[in-house]
Amino acid sequence: MKLELRFFASLREALETSQESIDAPATVKTIADLRIFLVQRGGAWAQALAEGKALRCALNQHMVDANTSLQEGAEVAFFPPVTGG
Amino acid sequence: MPIRIQENDFDLSAEIAALRQGDPRVGAVVTFLGTVRDMNDGSQVKEMTLEHYPGMTEKALEEIITQAKARWDIYQALVIHRVGPLLPEDQIVLVAVTSAHRGEAFAACEFMMDYLKTAAPFWKKEDTPGGARWVDARVTDDAAMARWKKN
Repeated sequence: MKLELRFFASLREALETSQESIDAPATVKTIADLRIFLVQRGGAWAQALAEGKALRCALNQHMVDANTSLQEGAEVAFFPPVTGG
Repeated sequence: MPIRIQENDFDLSAEIAALRQGDPRVGAVVTFLGTVRDMNDGSQVKEMTLEHYPGMTEKALEEIITQAKARWDIYQALVIHRVGPLLPEDQIVLVAVTSAHRGEAFAACEFMMDYLKTAAPFWKKEDTPGGARWVDARVTDDAAMARWKKN
């Protein structure tokens, strides 16, 4: 499944990546699956996306929870809790 | 346009005047103005930089206004949020609401700010004497938002 990934703030800096296009394997069905898949890259990915890290996610620019299903071509963003205002 | 994300500063008086202009139904205007403090979590803040998620930010702020208008009898709502580099005392955010009476406008303005704090994709990075650091989200902001979900 083709996905457009976006990373912001401290997560973007830790990964040294702000966006990336990937072709995820069929086992990646939800945002939680995608996070596990990215953690398996090891190194900074394993650290910054580790299970205990408080991260938020958005699917097609709407905040969603990790159990949300992915669709072909979706834009998926990971970021720390927001601190605007 | 009721939503603006911009690097430039804004003029509070001009924004309020524009928001209520030509609408004689308005009897109350409530505004919240957020500004940059020079101190956070015990450290001096020399400068801060605001990052956001272009595209999602606009959608999130539109949703905030939609929900406020659905919950309270308000006429106009405006959100301006600055991004990029900011200095202590600078204006960061403006939420303004017009209504016939103050109660609706106060409640809607506070709701919009609480919602913005927890759901709009902005992140602050502070430049302190100890180095640059990303601001941590506050549990009290989540608690403030949770109040609105109960009723």
